[in-house]
Amino acid sequence: MAVFYILLLFVIIAAIIAVETKNLLSAVICVGAIGFGGSLMFLFLRAPDIAITQIVVEVMGLIILIRATISRDLTFISGDREFFGTVVSVVIVFVIFLAGIHVFDTLPDFGTAVFTQVPDTASQTYIEEGLERTGAANLVAAVILDFRAYDTLGEATVLFTAIIGAMVILRGKSRKLLEDPD
Amino acid sequence: MRGMTVIVKTVSSWVKVLIFLYGVYIVVFGHLTPGGGFAGGVVLASSYVLLMLAFGREFVEQDLPLALDSKLDCIGAFAFAMIAILGLVFAGSFFANFLYQKYLPGEPLRLISAGTIPLSNIAIGLKVGASLFLVFFSLSICRRGKGVTFDSPAGQEQE
Repeated sequence: MAVFYILLLFVIIAAIIAVETKNLLSAVICVGAIGFGGSLMFLFLRAPDIAITQIVVEVMGLIILIRATISRDLTFISGDREFFGTVVSVVIVFVIFLAGIHVFDTLPDFGTAVFTQVPDTASQTYIEEGLERTGAANLVAAVILDFRAYDTLGEATVLFTAIIGAMVILRGKSRKLLEDPD
Repeated sequence: MRGMTVIVKTVSSWVKVLIFLYGVYIVVFGHLTPGGGFAGGVVLASSYVLLMLAFGREFVEQDLPLALDSKLDCIGAFAFAMIAILGLVFAGSFFANFLYQKYLPGEPLRLISAGTIPLSNIAIGLKVGASLFLVFFSLSICRRGKGVTFDSPAGQEQE
């Protein structure tokens, strides 16, 4: 249990540095540190599937962000914060904090899954009959590609559409730059 | 982009094979061990991203042209949708695991088991890997400021 508090402290410190630092590269590296802390937590919670996905996506995202930020003209953030914006964000964070206290009171204890307390949940069925009904030894694969395959189809569609949109936008930009170099 | 020094090039030319193999392992054994199509696809894409960071864009374009990459993306998405439709045709419902239920039950914990799940993993891995590499590629094109089109070889001036 103590390891979670250490990781949580590490993640919070990294998040504060990422917000407060003036250097864009340090901010991007701190965002990467947050992700790695999260993947370590998933590993200690015995969720290796999510840990692998998290760490892999984190590395890719970090590389893409570094490539996008480095060697731009703007690598430092300058300027002061506005007073009104600070007040509004502090008020919103406080309201969310007050709501969060009530929500966390109703959650089950950390480390005890809900489906072990409520009988006849869907996840209980997956765990008991998953191997027999799909033949997949990895239950996560059985759920995302057999029981809940519609979710995966939707996710793949979202990714496909996002790539098409990004390429169309970037292609238009490239054509414009081609017609008018510099 | 001319690429990095000789040390980086040598090391990454050895390491890229291992990363690629690890990605293939994660995708193919997704129904047996932790991992699966998405994570494995990102590992596959990152092997080519490493190659591109070390050797420069032109080197990667000979290995994996942009047109081929977009085709792989579309093939992955098409294969996943076809697996779903084949379930409708052979077993009567969309996404039914028809291979496991009728034709090839296999044995649990073996590589050939679980019917359509490994096939879906391969399709998803192909799709995710190709599209994440496309994201990286188009961002670095945009960064250069020089325009390229996706149907002509990149870097070639149009008109």
